[in-house]
Amino acid sequence: MVNKEKKKGLSAAAVRSAAIESFIKLNPAAMIKNPVMFVVELSTIIVLLMVVFPHYFSSQDAIGFNITVFIILMFTLLFANFAEAIAEGRGKAQANSLKRSKQEMFANKLIGGKVVVIPSTELRKGDIFIVSQGEMIPGDGEIIEGLASVDESAITGESAAVIKEAGGDFSSVTGGTRVVSDWIKVRLTSDPGQSFIDRMIALVEGAKRQKSPNEIALDTLLTSLTVIFLIVVVTLAPIANYVGVHLEIPVLIALLVCLIPTTIGGLLSAIGIAGMDRVTQFNVLAMSGKAVEAAGDINTMILDKTGTITYGNRMASDIIPVGGNELVTLAAWAAISSAQDETPEGRSVLEWMKKQSMSYDASLAQGGEFIPFKAETRMSGMDLSDGRKVRKGSVDTVRKWVLAGGGLVPPDLEKVSNHVAALGGTPLAVAVDNELLGVIYLKDTVKPGMKERFQQLREMGIKTIMCTGDNPLTAATIAKEAGVDDFIAESTPEDKITVIRREQAEGKMVAMTGDGTNDAPALAQADVGLAMNSGTIAAKEAANMIDLDSDPSKIIEVVAIGKQLLMTRGALTTFSIANDIAKYFAIIPAMFMLAIPEMGVLNIMKLGSPLSAILSALIFNAIIIPLLIPLAIKGVTYKPMSGSRLLSRNLLIYGLGGVIVPFAGIKLLDYVVRLWV
Amino acid sequence: MDILQLVIVIAVLILLVKPLGTYVYQVFANEPSRLDRLYGGTERLIFRMIGLKQRAGMSWKVYALSFVATNIILVVLSYIILSLQFALPLNPNAIGGMEPTLTFNTVISFMTNTNLQHYSGESSLSYLSQMAVIMMMMFTSAATGFSVAIAFIRGVTGKGKSVGNFFEDFVKANTRIFLPVSFVIMLVLVALQVPQTLDPTLTVKTLEGAVQQIAIGPVASLEAIKHLGTNGGGFFGANSAHPFENPSPLTNVIEILSMWALPAALPYTFGLFAKNKKQGWVIFSAMMCLFLVFLTVAFASEKVGNPAMNALGIDAAQGSMEGKEVRFGIAQSALFTTVTAAATTGSVNNMHDTLTPLGGMVPLAEMMLNVVFGGKGVGIINMLMYAILAVFICGLMVGRTPEFLQRKIEPREMKLIAIAILTHPIIILIPTAIAFMTDAGQGAISNAGYHGISQVLYEFTSSAANNGSGFEGLSDNTPFWNISTGLVMLLGRYVSMIVMLAVAGSLMEKQPVPETLGTFRTDNKLFTVLLIGTVLLIGALTFLPTVVLGPVAEYLTLR
Repeated sequence: MVNKEKKKGLSAAAVRSAAIESFIKLNPAAMIKNPVMFVVELSTIIVLLMVVFPHYFSSQDAIGFNITVFIILMFTLLFANFAEAIAEGRGKAQANSLKRSKQEMFANKLIGGKVVVIPSTELRKGDIFIVSQGEMIPGDGEIIEGLASVDESAITGESAAVIKEAGGDFSSVTGGTRVVSDWIKVRLTSDPGQSFIDRMIALVEGAKRQKSPNEIALDTLLTSLTVIFLIVVVTLAPIANYVGVHLEIPVLIALLVCLIPTTIGGLLSAIGIAGMDRVTQFNVLAMSGKAVEAAGDINTMILDKTGTITYGNRMASDIIPVGGNELVTLAAWAAISSAQDETPEGRSVLEWMKKQSMSYDASLAQGGEFIPFKAETRMSGMDLSDGRKVRKGSVDTVRKWVLAGGGLVPPDLEKVSNHVAALGGTPLAVAVDNELLGVIYLKDTVKPGMKERFQQLREMGIKTIMCTGDNPLTAATIAKEAGVDDFIAESTPEDKITVIRREQAEGKMVAMTGDGTNDAPALAQADVGLAMNSGTIAAKEAANMIDLDSDPSKIIEVVAIGKQLLMTRGALTTFSIANDIAKYFAIIPAMFMLAIPEMGVLNIMKLGSPLSAILSALIFNAIIIPLLIPLAIKGVTYKPMSGSRLLSRNLLIYGLGGVIVPFAGIKLLDYVVRLWV
Repeated sequence: MDILQLVIVIAVLILLVKPLGTYVYQVFANEPSRLDRLYGGTERLIFRMIGLKQRAGMSWKVYALSFVATNIILVVLSYIILSLQFALPLNPNAIGGMEPTLTFNTVISFMTNTNLQHYSGESSLSYLSQMAVIMMMMFTSAATGFSVAIAFIRGVTGKGKSVGNFFEDFVKANTRIFLPVSFVIMLVLVALQVPQTLDPTLTVKTLEGAVQQIAIGPVASLEAIKHLGTNGGGFFGANSAHPFENPSPLTNVIEILSMWALPAALPYTFGLFAKNKKQGWVIFSAMMCLFLVFLTVAFASEKVGNPAMNALGIDAAQGSMEGKEVRFGIAQSALFTTVTAAATTGSVNNMHDTLTPLGGMVPLAEMMLNVVFGGKGVGIINMLMYAILAVFICGLMVGRTPEFLQRKIEPREMKLIAIAILTHPIIILIPTAIAFMTDAGQGAISNAGYHGISQVLYEFTSSAANNGSGFEGLSDNTPFWNISTGLVMLLGRYVSMIVMLAVAGSLMEKQPVPETLGTFRTDNKLFTVLLIGTVLLIGALTFLPTVVLGPVAEYLTLR
């Protein structure tokens, strides 16, 4: 978030600190949270005891084998810890740079009209303070007076300052950001330690990481599989004993560790942390892992038209003359009126001219005085140096302006402007002095690529609903052009809640974006609410995700990240469980072959010797964890497609792969291991 | 000829699935139907007698409580009858009271639909005990299992709080399914020479002039419900191998179909409840695929015969006929064995102890999985549990919280299912290990070595799966075996039933998630494969090491 560029690979320092962390994490008190790996740790301790006190266990003959088993088990543990540490490390680096921006700050607290300078930590919710140019805002708050430009790069990474002012949707300021110009009076909205930046640090550090429901469910399954295999292995010894097969403890432990789902057990928390981290890398702050997973489950997405689906600024898409005027004349005047107009509408007129390869006499505009758009006049234009006045603006005001100047209004103006409105556009009338020349057809433009993305969403089974304040006709035109499934025209924030409740009553999960205070209830009601960082505090509090770049269309990527997180978890679980088949074929014959030579038939991999088979399986079991760390951290590749196709694809890769890979891996390891044993 | 017999029986079964499944659905859908006119009168009378005026729906908890309480009452009643049978009427052969641990074992065995018999019927039970305890329990335990399965199906397919009314289901299962169907089967069996009488044991003089005792009794009626209710406890110690229980290949086929048809029809019933017949067929196909694999192994293994015997120069053309009835041959014996273990009936028409190692492994493996059709209701419940597991593991791979039949699988369900999947290996492997560690356990084994492992493993697996067939050869009428298998049967039956009812109750209260293109589909061929894979990976791998030490080692050393 502080540096926006994607992390490339892992720095040596990160690897080093993760390696150290892997040893610290061996602490059984921490390990017990992961039952699968805890069983491995207990097994490691038992084998260690057998190595240290061989006489006590009468295991003197097998000391070499036992040491090897101990080392492999130790590495299995360290690899699993390393996976988690690496995943956490990425968040830690970000947290550190955030912490730097949270140095000791002072606040100009306003007490009874007097300004008192106190440390920011002594501020309490409701306190009022003043921040002037160059000062750091000491805490999250709401502007109650003034206007200032604020540098929020500490949080968003965006270097351009943003304007914040009292009232409206841009009144919230965040602690740790800097006022670049002017001053503001702010009321504090959060106590120290609970500010946005504090929460952000806690989130990226993973300190507050709670297991999501899906993680708990998966944990339950993994734990019960572990218990089952524990029973299998413990009961095997007395049963085998009856037929004269004496199984050594390290061999039983090897079987146990190979059978319990160590691969997914070791990577599970790394997958969760990395999933959250991917969201963060994307400059979206998710309040919980649950929110990210919920994103994967979304059935319905409610999108604001303006800013999300369309650019929101209206672009000239046509110029239509009225009253028998020539298009060339009208276009030239439209261009002159926009020559110094920096609004998107103005620039789009000039672009339209360029696209149509039309030209106009630019010298006419030189030396003229530009009349900017004002809410009162609802017109903009230019007073030319030759005294002529050119205006463009809403049809109503321009008509009045022309009539006031004693001009006439062509009779077809109304027809043309109505036609433009019917198409979902906005008509802008253009007039020179008292002559009304024609109309600029302004159209809201759908962002490129949106249509394809909505199509992808549809293939993923996600329905899109567009919300807009436009009239139904305009809304329908844009909806059709963008390819959304449904739309709500003339929508109010209440409409959004109604739609969300309706969809939720059908069992659907709903995602939406918003920034205003009046969006807050809907953001809270939605299963995934993505608030814009530029939005109000209320919106940010209500949402369970905050987009630091304030780009509402990001919600689509967030869904993809949520799906990817769940898929990665499923893929590695399937892989891990499927691995058991090969491990069985390696270890079972090896265990019994000495006492029952006929068991050799089951040694279908033709592994060198029983010892080599057991060690190869155990080594494979250990090294598969670090080999899969990149996958766990990056997540499995996700392309939008239907559930059935996704399943077939992933099943082929991770299910079938999970069966085949260990056969090959163990066989290869055996070629090496048999050289020693 | 052999294979043709197998194909015909399987074909008849498949033809029975749809009509029978539809009938069962109509019985339990609680919608007005033509059946009401036929049975309504009797049922109303029964409901009035037991004071069941309002048959209000029950939550899963009340349902579970009701079926457990009903079973407890029946257990107490039966225990008293068996202990006091010497003083009760209908005891023409003057049989004495039963030993307490054997009574404990017998009562549990029949209440849990296991029918593990540590006694020999003809010499240990009076006619009253046969009818009032054994046959009564054959009906009630089957009806209990069936009711719970229906309640579970209602839960996973329905919405709200009620999984149905246990007493209504229990009565209807008897009046509309078990009583009428077993009555018909009984008549057919009687027509095919199976005895049905209350006369005492016949004493006849043989041609040599010796005196022979020929045990008879109400065999046909017991035989009918024994199979229809997947009970399996025989009138005679020799069970369906006895010529009075199963006189001909035709009665053999009738018995196979009567134990197989209802469990096989339940997936279809499930499909009807789910309003998606394909969903039912997916479950059925998974069961059938596993069944065919098992049947093939059993048949092929018995056909090849015992290599040791073949090596002696004995004609191997017939296969291994040791312990089999000549009137059934290899095909009908292998099929009976595979079906009886699949449907967890536990009746036998050949001695499983004398099956070839791999042939004997088939019933063992089927009972370990306990999902290949399965006993009254249990099979479908277990298979659906594996379906939920398959959905949970693989469903994540479509990038959504796993959902089965539009309901999300969340921690609560997984915790309950964890109990269910843990129970089966715990109650099989731990007692097996204990048996091998104690003299009381080891002492009962009649064949040392790998076969001994199979014997013990089979006994506990059969108890846990509520199958009840014995590998035999084990001297199991001792307090150790009576008590240990009694406990295993209890846990095997009730833990998973209650837990799975809880799962159904929990799923039922969830808001259904609408199906979209992104949904993980559970009604196609891919899911059938996934389901089989999950059963094998989670269910089978658990038992592999022990099975390798038992039947597999025996097979490998015999080759």
